Amino acid sequence: MSNVPADLRYLKSHEWARLEADGTITVGISDHAQQALGDLVFAEVPEAGRRVSAGEACAVVESVKAASDVYSPVTGEVVAGNADLGGQPELINQDPYGAGWLMRIRPDDRAQFSAMLDAKAYEAALAAETH
Amino acid sequence: MPFIPHTDDDVRGMLAAIGIPGIDSLFDEIPAELRARALDGIPLAASEMQIGRLMSERAARDGKRLNFIGAGAYEHHVPSAVWAIVTRGEYYSAYTPYQAEASQGTLQLLYEYQSMMTSLTGMDASNASLYDGATAVAEACLMAVRAHRRSKSQRILLPAALHPRYRDTVRAVAGNQKLAFELLPYDASGGQTTLASLEQYRGQDVTALVIQQPNFFGTLEDVDALTDRAHEMGMLVIAVVNPTSLAILKPPGEWGAKGVDIVCGEGQPLGVPLSSGGPYFGFMTTRMEHVRQMPGRIVGRTVDLDDKPGFTLTLQAREQHIRRSKATSNICTNQGLLVTAATIYMSLLGPKGLSQVAATCLERSGQLVDALTRVPGVRLAFGGPRFHEALLLLDRPVRGVLEALAARGVVGGLDVTADYPSLGHGLLVCATETRTPEDVETYRSALADVMKNAAAA
Repeated sequence: MSNVPADLRYLKSHEWARLEADGTITVGISDHAQQALGDLVFAEVPEAGRRVSAGEACAVVESVKAASDVYSPVTGEVVAGNADLGGQPELINQDPYGAGWLMRIRPDDRAQFSAMLDAKAYEAALAAETH
Repeated sequence: MPFIPHTDDDVRGMLAAIGIPGIDSLFDEIPAELRARALDGIPLAASEMQIGRLMSERAARDGKRLNFIGAGAYEHHVPSAVWAIVTRGEYYSAYTPYQAEASQGTLQLLYEYQSMMTSLTGMDASNASLYDGATAVAEACLMAVRAHRRSKSQRILLPAALHPRYRDTVRAVAGNQKLAFELLPYDASGGQTTLASLEQYRGQDVTALVIQQPNFFGTLEDVDALTDRAHEMGMLVIAVVNPTSLAILKPPGEWGAKGVDIVCGEGQPLGVPLSSGGPYFGFMTTRMEHVRQMPGRIVGRTVDLDDKPGFTLTLQAREQHIRRSKATSNICTNQGLLVTAATIYMSLLGPKGLSQVAATCLERSGQLVDALTRVPGVRLAFGGPRFHEALLLLDRPVRGVLEALAARGVVGGLDVTADYPSLGHGLLVCATETRTPEDVETYRSALADVMKNAAAA
């Protein structure tokens, strides 16, 4: 069973998001997603300053098996992409909710964050996917 | 043997099972006016013997003409060993092998091809080929848009001196993908793309500059200055090169201070015979930082569980069978058979042999230009340095002259009047190492004869 921290919000497409003290949200892919993808070999993250819309593909994670899009949970402006992933994409496998974060976004409307799945709902979605 | 394995009985049984009278009724919902009709004018089947006879009669009508057309496809000597080896059963496959455990020989050959192309172009990584030279340029433009993430404009500068058919293909392939193409003029005396023409874009967001070397007129561009200026203005640089010329010209990886970002071109000069426009192959190489944006197959070298070296397709996650509509390209046909020929051609010639080919082309085309411009009514269009091709200007329409030359057994070059009307009566001529000094003299005397017989327009 994969790790689903209770303090984060999620999308059915396996992104997680955390509301930071400064009002930005940090986005990554869930423990379940990194397990399903296998060893990650490359991550393409957006540049700071880019405008993204909720549901827009704005990052790519590539494993030895597949390359998958990562969708923004909110509309807003990218504040940072995780530059460490350039040399160490395996951080996503090792620490998906920590050092393996993908991007930080300043949302236009925080309600989009609040509307994301909570841990319980995401766990239910995972269970529905595997059964 | 019929291609479709079902017998008439099978078909009747299937039709009865679904309760329809005939196969045609499966297509009832397609309106009659949209259906393809039977082709008119197709004669009955002929035997192999009859066809063989017909084809040799038609081939004989072409005669043995002396060819002086280049314009993107070049007549080079191909050692007999090249195609004798290529057509061996072990190599005889058109496509990239996906099943590495059964295809080590082919994969190794493609890997060697990639190594040769990176060395020839001075870049880090090569793909295993593309469809042809023109589509390779289109793919390079699309790749530049993906690779240049800071540029949002998707604007690409195409020189007017880029091959006109390449420009057409780039627009056809990439024009509907929100790329904007702008034409850069050439200098009227030198025939080169000018540095000054880039200046109007200063301060603007332009994704990439395409530079063809030598350009369509056969003229050498000032590639160092163009590359540096484009980089300074924030553009990526795409080089479109003739691979033969790289044996004696500076590789694009060394143009300017940093070298170009993407190199592509037509691979036909490397061991592929002229054949009514194809099949040929496109090549593409790039820097390691852009390798994930490069379309097409890439073969990599690795080790197996026992640490033995082996070859396999690599970076496949960019490709259409995994990424579907988001693949780097969905036209990443690679020309396995022609690449096999190119690899064997390059390995038989070696760097020294290829340099000799290029040097002989340079010498012979120089002799051709000297000889033809001695004919009254013929002059050289541009004074810039050249490789093995040159644009001549005639004092009368080119078409009639070419027809008169053809009647004398000389294919005198390409009429470029329609593509470059402002230049006047433009004739693009080429001489490779396959043309002898005697051939040059044959052309000169035929041209002198033709130009004397008809008055200037």
